[in-house]
Amino acid sequence: MRTQFESPIVLLGARLLSPYIMLFGIYVIFHGHYSPGGGFQGGALLASSIILIRIAGGRLVSRLQIKEFFTTPMAAIGVIVYFAAGFISVLYGSYFLDYEALPFPGDLTPAELRYYGILVIEIGIGIAVMAILVMIYDHMARGEDYA
Amino acid sequence: MKYAKIVVLAAFAGLLIYGSTGLPDRGDPDNLMHQERSITNTVVAGSYFIREAYNDANTPNMVTVVLGDYRSIDTFGEQVVVFAAGLICLLILRKYRSI
Amino acid sequence: MIWEIELVLFLFLIISAIVALEAKDLLIAVVTLTIFSFTMALLFTAMGGIDVGFTEAVIGAGVTGILFVIALFRTTIKTND
Repeated sequence: MRTQFESPIVLLGARLLSPYIMLFGIYVIFHGHYSPGGGFQGGALLASSIILIRIAGGRLVSRLQIKEFFTTPMAAIGVIVYFAAGFISVLYGSYFLDYEALPFPGDLTPAELRYYGILVIEIGIGIAVMAILVMIYDHMARGEDYA
Repeated sequence: MKYAKIVVLAAFAGLLIYGSTGLPDRGDPDNLMHQERSITNTVVAGSYFIREAYNDANTPNMVTVVLGDYRSIDTFGEQVVVFAAGLICLLILRKYRSI
Repeated sequence: MIWEIELVLFLFLIISAIVALEAKDLLIAVVTLTIFSFTMALLFTAMGGIDVGFTEAVIGAGVTGILFVIALFRTTIKTND
């Protein structure tokens, strides 16, 4: 059960399948205003596409995509994006996470400001969930994959 | 002892099935949770969300508006919980360099 | 809302849950748990909660199976004590 070997066919299949899963994840994040989906689901799809390459290719191939030390700061960046969206609205004289006060450029109505505020926090959730799932996989599989 | 376990499990399953017969039908518009006023005659917040979600946030998907705008602090707490769980996995599973 | 499809899904749910509980090989249990999770996602979708079904399909049937398999690779059946 614990035998490990390098298979070019599995790596080719994973390389063929992974970009489409990643594109679908980005679509789910950015189209969450109109269809089912959102930051959590899209982030999990992005994480599953990265984990697919990591399972099929081992450490040397997967380090080309996202380096292992880069996942923990990325998770922190995702949480900070969410918190900043709330804190900037406090600085502009409104409540915490009230998107009407966010300083987006252009002449926007409050409803459109809330639209873009929701988009910002969905991107933050997506980055954080993707980085955390990849981070858990990396620390669980360390030393087990070949090369 | 094995038969006693099976009898207890079957009795518990029968109790659950008997309890589920008293629940309202799924998708019935006359359910209590779909009414505009609750038992205590207060206005349910969900009716406001259904009526005003598109006008407030210009977004057709109501679930996104509730999760991202009306209940956004709840979502923020959820994300902090996920982040804390990831950090705890890092602290437990990390292999330290032997000194 | 079609009750025949939901009945078949509930039968799959119960059978996969019993197989996942009673299987000797843990890898079979993990794969059957993934089937359980995906059937659960289909049931959520049939009940109208599409967001919950989407989350269940991505998390329960995708990432959790991978993490369980990795946990099986990291552990052994026999104890080292």
